Amino acid sequence: MENKQKIKQKARPKGTHKQKIRMLQIADKEFNSRLFTGTGKFASSKLMKEALLASESELITVALKRVDVQDDQDDILRHLTHDRINLLPNTSGVRTAKEAVFAAELSREALETNWIKLEIHPDPKYLLPDPIETLKAAEELVKLGFVVMPYIHADPVLCKRLEEVGVQCVMPLGAPIGSNKGIKTQEFLEIIIDQTNVPVIVDAGIGAPSHAAFAMELGADAVLVNTAIAVSQNPIAMAKAFKLAVEAGRMAYEAKLAPVVYKKAAASSPLTSFLN
Amino acid sequence: MKTFKTTFDTYNWDETLQSIFSKTAADVVRALGNSKRDLEDFKALISPAARPYLEQMAQLSQMLTQKRFGNTMQMYAPMYLSNECQNICTYCGFSMTNKIPRRTLTDAEILKEVAFLKQKGYDHILLVTGEANKTVGIDYIKNALQLIRSHFSNITIEVQPLDKEDYELLIENGLYAVLVYQETYHRDEYKKHHPKGKKSNFDYRLDTPDRLGKAGIHKIGLGALFGLEDWRADSFFTALHLKYLQKTYWKTKYSISFPRLRPHSGGLEPKVEMTDPDLVQLICAFRLLDEDVELSMSTRESEVFRNNIVHLGITSISAESKTNPGGYAVEPESLEQFEISDERSTEEIATMLKSQGIEVVWKDWANNWQ
Repeated sequence: MENKQKIKQKARPKGTHKQKIRMLQIADKEFNSRLFTGTGKFASSKLMKEALLASESELITVALKRVDVQDDQDDILRHLTHDRINLLPNTSGVRTAKEAVFAAELSREALETNWIKLEIHPDPKYLLPDPIETLKAAEELVKLGFVVMPYIHADPVLCKRLEEVGVQCVMPLGAPIGSNKGIKTQEFLEIIIDQTNVPVIVDAGIGAPSHAAFAMELGADAVLVNTAIAVSQNPIAMAKAFKLAVEAGRMAYEAKLAPVVYKKAAASSPLTSFLN
Repeated sequence: MKTFKTTFDTYNWDETLQSIFSKTAADVVRALGNSKRDLEDFKALISPAARPYLEQMAQLSQMLTQKRFGNTMQMYAPMYLSNECQNICTYCGFSMTNKIPRRTLTDAEILKEVAFLKQKGYDHILLVTGEANKTVGIDYIKNALQLIRSHFSNITIEVQPLDKEDYELLIENGLYAVLVYQETYHRDEYKKHHPKGKKSNFDYRLDTPDRLGKAGIHKIGLGALFGLEDWRADSFFTALHLKYLQKTYWKTKYSISFPRLRPHSGGLEPKVEMTDPDLVQLICAFRLLDEDVELSMSTRESEVFRNNIVHLGITSISAESKTNPGGYAVEPESLEQFEISDERSTEEIATMLKSQGIEVVWKDWANNWQ
């Protein structure tokens, strides 16, 4: 899996003892941090900024519906101006491909980024993504020159279809968004990680650093965490905890986990004794 | 065609009430322990048997609300466009037979009110009218939407029930949500309180959310006016309505409001009193029933109550509301629909929220994508 094209490896400094995890590349950007974060649900914009900086996250998603893209003094946007931070506008709130494309174009014009986190969830209760509209929108947005990061079910076939239309990564969910339930889609994530040729970012349901570490150990290229940080009693400390967990999980993945050993040795060999 | 009425007609008010009152402490404990709660759990949680568990309910409600909505509060402001009305509603200051000066805002007056609310910071607005089809019919409402669409990211209306085609037209013109409260789900009491006008048609009102769902509206607000009938039974039917709608119109979002009868110029005394602990219990019960539904709180409630309820399940709140057309800037002294209770300014409410660790959200929608 390491030979996949998706992870462009930076030359590791020779002779350094400190183990560095590999950088992640999406489109033309390289990321030191494999923890992506979001801006929702924080008790204040100030706290949001402190927590996001503590997370060392380099890609931070912001809901277009929550900000006034025309206003450079917008309370959320002005707290996200930092060298390390790349904004990832998302289309949360749209219900169709048509609306998503429209929102993305407005976003590109106002925020001067062609990166878009494509979220089409016509179901406002569980915020589950509509695969049909998402595929349609992704195809069109790619043609329009966007770097498309689609939020989807952990559906391996959909991931391949999205890859075919040219998305730069896929963002399958671990569990319903905001549920904090962890990696409930493990079986399907494993298939996706195994067969997808673009980075796989586990996008929703991660409620604890251990969940994030687990996703990284499975081979996810990155995770996106918002609620678990924002709603914690101490978002800044929790942001750091996630940073460490993501690093630990990735490092473990790169180091290759020891196999689960089958310990029970049989005294006799009823099935193979005939060989003797 | 099947609508909510089909479901509703299989229920009986008295049996429902009896079923709620027969819930036991064991039912409440089971409801609290369940991770998914159904309408029987909801009955237990609004029953008298749940009162000793109010603190546990509040803690669960707070936790669930924080998980889903974070430490945030959506701000909105009502804007009354007209107090003309051809209905008789026994509890309402705008009721047809009340001898009050009637006013419907002109375009210029609407824009004056808009400017006032914009300068306060509002970006989500609720337009309110009475029911007077000649003066404030569909054309008037459509015109109002066209006038204000570019000024607000999110527009809700609370007007007379309309037909599906009318809603479709308004949605095209920037409408996001409609609030339509059944007032009471008790048929006979409903008749008593709405003896005259189009509103006296219980069934047409009952199926309004169905028409909205079919029209593809983004959000529907439900509620009962507490004081007309037993709040527990009315709340059960509101919850039943909510669950039916969620299953039927799955692309629509829902909100619940909790209006209690307030003094007004008509002067109806509540038939059934709903106390503060009752209201807290109900708000928490709704959150325990549904983690995702928006729960809204108006300025009908007192300062102290609002300062404390903002942590217990409420997700949107108004401030400094005027319930008279032109009340903000055009004619502040005119007669209100009802007296509000919490008279603090928008700024004071925002400060109160921030001091409690709650981020004030002004904008959470974009109405230029459609």
